[in-house]
Amino acid sequence: MGNITLKKVNKSFGATQVIPGIDLTIEDGEFVVFVGPSGCGKSTLLRLIAGLEDTTSGRIEIDGRDVTGAAPAKRGLAMVFQSYALYPHMSVRNNIAFPLKMAKLDQGAIDKKVTEAARVLNLTNYLDRRPGQLSGGQRQRVAIGRAIVREPSAFLFDEPLSNLDAALRGTMRLEISELHHQLKTTMIYVTHDQVEAMTMADKIVVLNAGNIEQVGSPLDLYHRPDNIFVAGFIGSPRMNFATGEFAKPYNAHSIGVRPEHLKLSTESGALRGTVGVAEHLGSDTFLHIHVDGIGLVTARVGGEFGVSHGDQVFLTPEEGRVHRFDDKGLAIR
Amino acid sequence: MARAVSTRRTVVFTIVAWIIALVIFFPILYTIITSFKSETEAIQGFNLIPSGTIESYGAVQAQSNYFKFFLNSVVLSVGSTILALLIAVPSAWSMAFAPTNKTKDILMWMLSTKMMPAVAVLVPFYLMFRDFGLLDTRTGLMVMLTMINLPIVIWMLYTYFREIPGEILEAARMDGASLWGEIVYVLTPMAVPGIASTMLLNIILAWNEAFWTIRLTTTNAAPLTAFIASFSSPQGLFWAKLSAASTLAIAPILIMGWFSQKQLVRGLTFGAVK
Repeated sequence: MGNITLKKVNKSFGATQVIPGIDLTIEDGEFVVFVGPSGCGKSTLLRLIAGLEDTTSGRIEIDGRDVTGAAPAKRGLAMVFQSYALYPHMSVRNNIAFPLKMAKLDQGAIDKKVTEAARVLNLTNYLDRRPGQLSGGQRQRVAIGRAIVREPSAFLFDEPLSNLDAALRGTMRLEISELHHQLKTTMIYVTHDQVEAMTMADKIVVLNAGNIEQVGSPLDLYHRPDNIFVAGFIGSPRMNFATGEFAKPYNAHSIGVRPEHLKLSTESGALRGTVGVAEHLGSDTFLHIHVDGIGLVTARVGGEFGVSHGDQVFLTPEEGRVHRFDDKGLAIR
Repeated sequence: MARAVSTRRTVVFTIVAWIIALVIFFPILYTIITSFKSETEAIQGFNLIPSGTIESYGAVQAQSNYFKFFLNSVVLSVGSTILALLIAVPSAWSMAFAPTNKTKDILMWMLSTKMMPAVAVLVPFYLMFRDFGLLDTRTGLMVMLTMINLPIVIWMLYTYFREIPGEILEAARMDGASLWGEIVYVLTPMAVPGIASTMLLNIILAWNEAFWTIRLTTTNAAPLTAFIASFSSPQGLFWAKLSAASTLAIAPILIMGWFSQKQLVRGLTFGAVK
């Protein structure tokens, strides 16, 4: 089981309030991603759940049990760190076995579990190496191995992929998702990368300055952002925003349209602009278009779209794809 | 051209370095040379070539039992080092990984105790040792040496521990290690090079400590420093015997230092160069 409940959890470092008071429920077996810009408190929140930081006030419950004051080891959680945090003086085998040794399991049981974890993570041939002799991806797998042998009620991941190169990051992302499907254990995953959040999460928690901006499924956040912050943070490339006279026809203070929801034409449309930089990704092209009164607008078009720098184009938002916001930045629905 | 200049510079620097090293080492070298002279030779003035007699060594051993002093030196330096480490490892742990806003002050305060002249507290310590029956005991002296060197040991370990990423200790905590487990299974093995060089340095410092070891002992707990001192007697100076005693006293630590110089240099320059 791995239900985690936060009730008015507050964290201050001296006079600085990092987390002003968060309520959150994480269901058993969910893959929850905390996402937000750096400094938004997402790692602190994870460390509060882990018990590596003391909660200033509020209550943390795991499976209904109050663990607010409990030591990290007593919470039944396992954590994978950004730096992997492997024990450099121990072999891979001993790294994975460490939590079991601490739990005073007998050697036979330890060996069995380590072998099984190594098999799942493709580490069987590396068991006698030291972490220093492994590649980044392998180290990350050892860190995961060390976490899974404990059979925790939930896994905590603190930006586990940010030290890996782009290709490996993609692979590891899949591996972690696959692991979640196999184990069906609650996972809490912290990242600043909204692509990771969108692709892996059952539920995304968007954080900003210690506050939860919105909680929902990836597509929920994508289609129905609660406010300008979430609208701008989720989705890549970023949503385009316009205010003033552009928003008036929609009865809003400001409006937002995603790059993929702009129709492009060389003949006619709602807005006229001049093509600036075009980023060709092969499958898609991102056009950065200068529009008077708005500035730079990004549009996503198919792979081949025959315009070049300086050409004039027309943009029209797709029907029903315009997000409207009031003067406080909250969505109007 | 540039190559010729740099070669010449290397040669000059090497010569200068050798000269400086020789100047520093010369007193020790001359002590060793003198120890192989007869007493008459020794007072005859400057002479680098000894006759090679070992009569001083024989006389020294006959006059006082070298091995007893040697054993005391070993027990005191090793014992006080172990004692210091037992206190310093947890202290440095708390300062490196759980610092408060007073940690820096405490570190400075500890270091400041080394700035005080030892003679300033000689009388109170002597009286305390007398009242507790610790005069001329190994236990008393071991405690004394531990106290003297503790600030340096804590400082050195603190510097090493600071280099260990806190996340690894947090990982151990998540993995269910108790505080003790964290220190024993993770921190200490990772800090072994640092702890080893701290240990070596502390053994050397304790071995060479002469102020307290001479003043708080007479016979039973007297280490090699007292052994040397006993040869600068009021009946007149016996240079050759004194030199032989000194050579015997420093030889063990010199040999140990020679074999562990790599550790020591690494330890002393640790953290200085990234």
